[in-house]
Amino acid sequence: MDEALVERIQSNPKFRELVHKKGGFSWMLAIVMLVIYYGFILVIAFSPATLGTPLSAGSVTTVGIPVGILIILSAFVITGIYARRANSEFDRLTREVVEEAKQ
Amino acid sequence: MMRKSLHTLGAAALLACATAPTWAAGAIDGAVAKRDLNWHAIIMFFIFVAFTLGITYWAARRTRSAKDFYAAGGGITGFQNGLAIAGDYMSAASFLGISAMVFDKGYDGLIYSIGFLVGWPVITFLVAERLRNLGKYTFADVASYRLGQTPVRSFAATGTLVVVALYLIAQMVGAGKLIQLLFGMDYTYAVVLVGILMVLYVMFGGMLATTWVQIIKAILLLSGASFMAFMVLKHSGFSFETMFAQAVEVKQQAAQALAAKAAVASEVAAAAVASNAPNASAAVASAEAAAKTATAAAKVNIMAPGGLVSNPIDAISLGLALMFGTAGLPHILMRFFTVKDAKEARKSVFYATGFIGYFYILTFIIGFGAITLVATNPEFLDPAKGGLIGGSNMAAVHLSKAVGGDFFLGFISAVAFATILAVVAGLTLSGASAVSHDLYASVIKKGKANEADEIRVSKMTTLGLGVVAIFLGILFEKQNIAFMVGLAFSIAASANFPVLFLSMFWKGLTTRGAVIGGLFGLISAVVLIILGPAVWEVTLGNPKGSAPFAYSNPAIFSMTLAFVTTWLVSITDNSEQAQKERALFLPQFIRSMTGIGAEGASKH
Repeated sequence: MDEALVERIQSNPKFRELVHKKGGFSWMLAIVMLVIYYGFILVIAFSPATLGTPLSAGSVTTVGIPVGILIILSAFVITGIYARRANSEFDRLTREVVEEAKQ
Repeated sequence: MMRKSLHTLGAAALLACATAPTWAAGAIDGAVAKRDLNWHAIIMFFIFVAFTLGITYWAARRTRSAKDFYAAGGGITGFQNGLAIAGDYMSAASFLGISAMVFDKGYDGLIYSIGFLVGWPVITFLVAERLRNLGKYTFADVASYRLGQTPVRSFAATGTLVVVALYLIAQMVGAGKLIQLLFGMDYTYAVVLVGILMVLYVMFGGMLATTWVQIIKAILLLSGASFMAFMVLKHSGFSFETMFAQAVEVKQQAAQALAAKAAVASEVAAAAVASNAPNASAAVASAEAAAKTATAAAKVNIMAPGGLVSNPIDAISLGLALMFGTAGLPHILMRFFTVKDAKEARKSVFYATGFIGYFYILTFIIGFGAITLVATNPEFLDPAKGGLIGGSNMAAVHLSKAVGGDFFLGFISAVAFATILAVVAGLTLSGASAVSHDLYASVIKKGKANEADEIRVSKMTTLGLGVVAIFLGILFEKQNIAFMVGLAFSIAASANFPVLFLSMFWKGLTTRGAVIGGLFGLISAVVLIILGPAVWEVTLGNPKGSAPFAYSNPAIFSMTLAFVTTWLVSITDNSEQAQKERALFLPQFIRSMTGIGAEGASKH
């Protein structure tokens, strides 16, 4: 990559927008996932009985079961949210940056 | 890994045996008995082998360039790659081991599988597309992008080979034992067969054949597990509440039976002591043991977290190793170079996360189904030792027979074998590329290697790795190697991941910082595992509680050490080369964001 091209892309406001939006969004989602997972681990470590509470009086199923399944689903959904926005909005911005850099 | 926390709980040996292999490797631990030849399984397995060798033949005719060999020409779609990643990740032991853990401990099995899953979203956001935009065939391409080729590639190749070797040995030993149990084939023959097949796939079919073996295996495993989960749910009238209630009842009855047994034993002991019988001390000992087992059984609540996460430091450390270890496994990272661009890389992880998450929900249902349908059926119980024939790891296998008869048992056994083949093929290819692409072409030939020579080196390495894997598999047959996959994950998280991550995200990283920091992570992970309970007490046989390092998982310490050292060495590095490397960050960053200059797919 030659210096002129680097300079052109770096000074393109669309590139800055891309860096800002994509970087912020991916870090935010990564942190959401970390908070969900480590929140779960900390509940298990410090208050395991919470997850062992029956869902309703007399039921065998405990709170922990839907919570566990929801965490598995959240991993899938969060990945999907990212892929969706990145494949449309971020990729469109990227394409524009690349095209403008070629001119 | 979790041996320590379980032992602290005084759980039965059976439990410890079931949990160790959940590290996605050595599915069966300890000595196993050979069964009679299982013809259904053998015939179905040979159909699988014939079919995959056919694919290898087809792939071999399409594998000409280095790009074909290492990255299947970059022409795999996101969906296919997602399936292949899932196929690479869902090993025989995560199937058998996690369902066994649910079978024994219930909810703890779910906690464990969640740990294996949550690394994937983080890989999507932070690693996958940047890796695709910057690299060509191996993660070392990315780590050394703007740094000194020779030192960084040598380091990355070492990290790769260590992880691959540990993982491969664990898989080979697990394969030998599993096949002995399922097929009635000799351990040595089983290991040799696995070694030969993996060499054939990789050497002739390269990444294209490896990918398709993984895809087919993923489809077979997901369909087989779906059928089992469906039959389990059908048995409880498609009500989770009924399924859980039935399992809890089975566990309670078992605990009551054990308590009754303990009461009888204690009466016998009391009588023996009273009459001053010569066997009094033996009777007391057996009564104590029975009481202990009964107490442990009564304590197990399969609907709530048990002893898996008893210690917060170990829990967080395990979480770190699972999450960031996945993002540092060379054979997984390599899969991102098989797709055409960043968009497909992103899609691959999305699909992979879906398949893997679905699979873990299935294993959870399968584990509960095994409690109701297998643990209550004398056909599957070992009257001498108590528990299941072949140990808890056989829970899913017995369940396949309970819900689908001999034919389906054969199918699941063949799938378990196919699973091992798919995983070892991916590992071998990754090890071979570290040698040919990183060491031979970049370090020895300084990037001037001719492509045909590079492929030749890669094929020779594949053959070499096959021979070494067979040899080590036979050598380690009787060893306790449950720590190996845990160590592989810890090294991946402490050596490979910090260097890869900082090379992509931190401008200040220099060659010196990357190599020294990475080596610190590698060495500290190895040393702390050896000094920890898994190796010091279990493998080396020192007394319990004598391990100099008290935690089962070192990741929280070794990862921190790697990051801090890398940072410190990099910021104090004022060499001329370091200045140049920092200046090169901007063009690298632009390429990682936009994909300008990235490798495309090859034409054919």
